[in-house]
Amino acid sequence: MDPIIIKDFLYKVADDQLILGHRNSEWTGVGPVLEEDIAFSSMAQDKVGQSQALYELLHKLGEGEPDTVAFMRNAEQFHNCQFVELPTKDYAFSLIRHFLFDYAELIRFKMLMESSYEPLAQVAAKIQGEIKYHVMHARTFIRQLGSATEESVSRLQEAMNESVPYALGIFEKSKYEEDIISSGLFKGEEALKAEWMNAITEVVSQSSLTLPDLKAAEPKMGGRYGQHTEHLQPLLDEMSEVFRQDPMAEW
Amino acid sequence: MTEQDIYTLLKDVMDPEIPVLSLVDLGVITGVEIYDEDKVRVEMTPTFVGCPAMDYMKQEVEDKLKSNGIPEPEVNITFREHWSSDKITPEGRKKLKEFGLAPPPASGGANLIEDLDILEKVECPNCGSINTIMKTPFGPTLCRSIHHCEDCKETFEQFKPL
Repeated sequence: MDPIIIKDFLYKVADDQLILGHRNSEWTGVGPVLEEDIAFSSMAQDKVGQSQALYELLHKLGEGEPDTVAFMRNAEQFHNCQFVELPTKDYAFSLIRHFLFDYAELIRFKMLMESSYEPLAQVAAKIQGEIKYHVMHARTFIRQLGSATEESVSRLQEAMNESVPYALGIFEKSKYEEDIISSGLFKGEEALKAEWMNAITEVVSQSSLTLPDLKAAEPKMGGRYGQHTEHLQPLLDEMSEVFRQDPMAEW
Repeated sequence: MTEQDIYTLLKDVMDPEIPVLSLVDLGVITGVEIYDEDKVRVEMTPTFVGCPAMDYMKQEVEDKLKSNGIPEPEVNITFREHWSSDKITPEGRKKLKEFGLAPPPASGGANLIEDLDILEKVECPNCGSINTIMKTPFGPTLCRSIHHCEDCKETFEQFKPL
């Protein structure tokens, strides 16, 4: 399999993990209740750790050290979907993003356990076991808060309507999509999206929320090709501030 | 020096977060190989991909082997065999309980509960009751969840199934 194709695929998955991990970490110390503060912090730690394991795979394919890759690139060199870079905003938005993104992520890593690229299959087996907890957390709160008070339902619904076009951007296809599928690296974004739609539809149906028409929504694309919102570069500047001051520092 | 001797040595290296549990009991040592007569290669697998204690554990293993006459041990971290809570030994599970941390259910990964509001029936390490509820799957470290016992009213942690 051509390493260019594997690298293109790994970058988008790793960058999603790093950026959403960083956004989740913004709840540390300011969560709405202590358990949620801990939950988002813990999920942040998982995701950033998982991104490191994926950058390590990239390093073995000839890319830079994980720290360098994580902290020394500019926005247009990142391949995350735009959804994960949006500001944390309020708890309703963070929860909806966590729900919509983490279901896609769980299904992606389950599929990757079958990847023909063995090092990725091994890491994916491990990661999907961890993401199960993230999904369990998300679905529980979507069902509880999504059926609770008028305010909780309306705030989640508003966040859902805002999020869906960005969530559809998760499934933006790679320019190597056909090769990715035919080589057995990954089943492909279409297959992932189909399973994801079934999964989220089932959970949302158990709440008072309404899923917007997924076929009518206009997906926010471009992230996989380095086109980002105005929010990514300031996030990267903040993330890498310490590293850029002294890249050789030892802790 | 045999492979068994290495395992015996590593039984003295403790998990930094649960100091009653050795790395062997925890199940993170997934392979020991002696080659070229006296060279040692140890394989470790992380409990969690983002476990911050992994580098520390790796260093502890290297130091332990070096101080026991193995000049250049090779310690590799790998996902070839992935860690699950089923890798914790029976002795490790017993030690966890004595430490006040509920051991994970065996084969936990397969029957992982799907909702927080389902009563999980983890045995309370303080009073032995199973009238308990999971408060959150996310605890003070990635590998622990937080539970509450409805009988003795104590909050306790479980080494979570993975």
